Amino acid sequence: MKKYRSFFTLRFATGMQYRMASVTALTTQLVWGLMECLAYKAVAEAMGGRMPMEYTSIVTYIWLKEALFVLFNTWAADNDLFAMITNGDVAYELCRPVSIYAMWFSRTAGARMAEALMRSIPVLFCAFLMPGACRMTLPVNGVSFLMFLLALFLALGITVSFCMLVYMLSFFTISPQGWRMVLTGAVEFLSGNIIPLPFFPEKYVALIKCTPFAYMQNVPFRIYSGDLGGGEVYRCIAGQFFWLAALILLGRCTWKAAEKRVVIQGG
Amino acid sequence: MKLKENVVLYLRYAAVCTQGIMQYKLSFVLMVFARFMISFCELIAIKFLFSGLTQIRGYTYGEVLLCFSIVQMSFTFAELFGNGFKVFSGMVRRGAFDQMLLRPRSLILQVIGSRFEVGRTGPLLTALVTLVLGIRHSQMKWNLLAVWTIIAMITGGTLLFIGLFMLEASLCFFTIEDTSIMNALTYGAKEHGKYPMDVYGKGVVRFGTYVIPYTLVQYYPLQVLLGKSQHWYLAFCPLGIVVFVILCYGVWRFGVKQYQSCGS
Repeated sequence: MKKYRSFFTLRFATGMQYRMASVTALTTQLVWGLMECLAYKAVAEAMGGRMPMEYTSIVTYIWLKEALFVLFNTWAADNDLFAMITNGDVAYELCRPVSIYAMWFSRTAGARMAEALMRSIPVLFCAFLMPGACRMTLPVNGVSFLMFLLALFLALGITVSFCMLVYMLSFFTISPQGWRMVLTGAVEFLSGNIIPLPFFPEKYVALIKCTPFAYMQNVPFRIYSGDLGGGEVYRCIAGQFFWLAALILLGRCTWKAAEKRVVIQGG
Repeated sequence: MKLKENVVLYLRYAAVCTQGIMQYKLSFVLMVFARFMISFCELIAIKFLFSGLTQIRGYTYGEVLLCFSIVQMSFTFAELFGNGFKVFSGMVRRGAFDQMLLRPRSLILQVIGSRFEVGRTGPLLTALVTLVLGIRHSQMKWNLLAVWTIIAMITGGTLLFIGLFMLEASLCFFTIEDTSIMNALTYGAKEHGKYPMDVYGKGVVRFGTYVIPYTLVQYYPLQVLLGKSQHWYLAFCPLGIVVFVILCYGVWRFGVKQYQSCGS
């Protein structure tokens, strides 16, 4: 029994090395979420019945956004990969008998999922315990929860395949950080991270729906909170499948082009 | 004499940093553009929200824009001048701070001078556009007091954020842990300071008055600027930030005294 206890203590101590980092992240996210909830409460009071989204749906949307932000944060792309492309270590990757696209894709997706799993639990736990107006709600029913999970995975795939395009960009320019900032800034706005898409004027929403950005976090978060329902759910999930396939195809073609022109200098 | 010397030194620092950045022109242009675009998106977000609203807790579109612009401008100036404090933990880790301690020049000047980053100016353009829009859309009255209030709010806000950055840097002296806990106080305040504080309710106003004095540069002087309060003296609240900055400076001094090199 003693040895198991020491195993446990060991793992626990290792995990606790990062306790401060996770406490900070949690505090920041809770503050962020609460402030947003309070702001939308004021907005809801001012708008009355003309809200494009139920207030409770917005609260849930905000908490899901905070809990799962590492999944959809395009800015937090894998810095090692950028470094690899800039400093030439990518040559080692090219030597491996695997597809670079698939390898980097799974690597990015895996890292995001692990981090999201670790970070989301405390945030969600607190979100369900928030006082009255800022409390997160349970999904409307079991089916919508399953649909939420499916849409979540697809949205993650779309986000990662978009990040892959940003990685590929580094093969074509010497200032990838600048482009990365421009692109991620645009995605953040268009995917409904600053304000949820229902608050956009209709003609802009129609435009954004023609891009992959409307199929990132927008779909799963709104399915969960019941804001998207009925046939619209299936239409959006179909759209997600389409964009996932399209972006992966585009990424692979870009990689083919990059592979041809990649020059590794020095040694 | 001493002051002139310091100003000249700061300008030289700024010039050298700028020259360094200008070696990568495309990167510089993209960075400025990206920062401009990100802040501009926030302006558009407010516009979209207000397409279905006439007021939020009594503040009109123009009035929110004024507030947003002033906070945005304060934060941008603070990042521009106080960037050295933001990257301070790196300076300590690499031993750059130890080098600074050896030089017979002001420490703060070296810390903030050595990391002057002109690329941070992107959001300034958004803030200026917003200020003009805000002035046009709100019914604020122009007089000497209004001009003073705007200038005092921006200057006070800049000092407040620099003070917070200084506090964040000082934390490095006392803990080897991550100091990003301060992000909620700096970035959070910039992000959510776009609405006047009472939009968020009484609790937030209290926090912003008694814990970190955000309201001194946002909520109270704003009441005078927008003609919501007859108490003209509220326009002089931003002066109170001087006390806050002195307190932050005290913490910094105390930290420097305690500092033992990390040995790199």
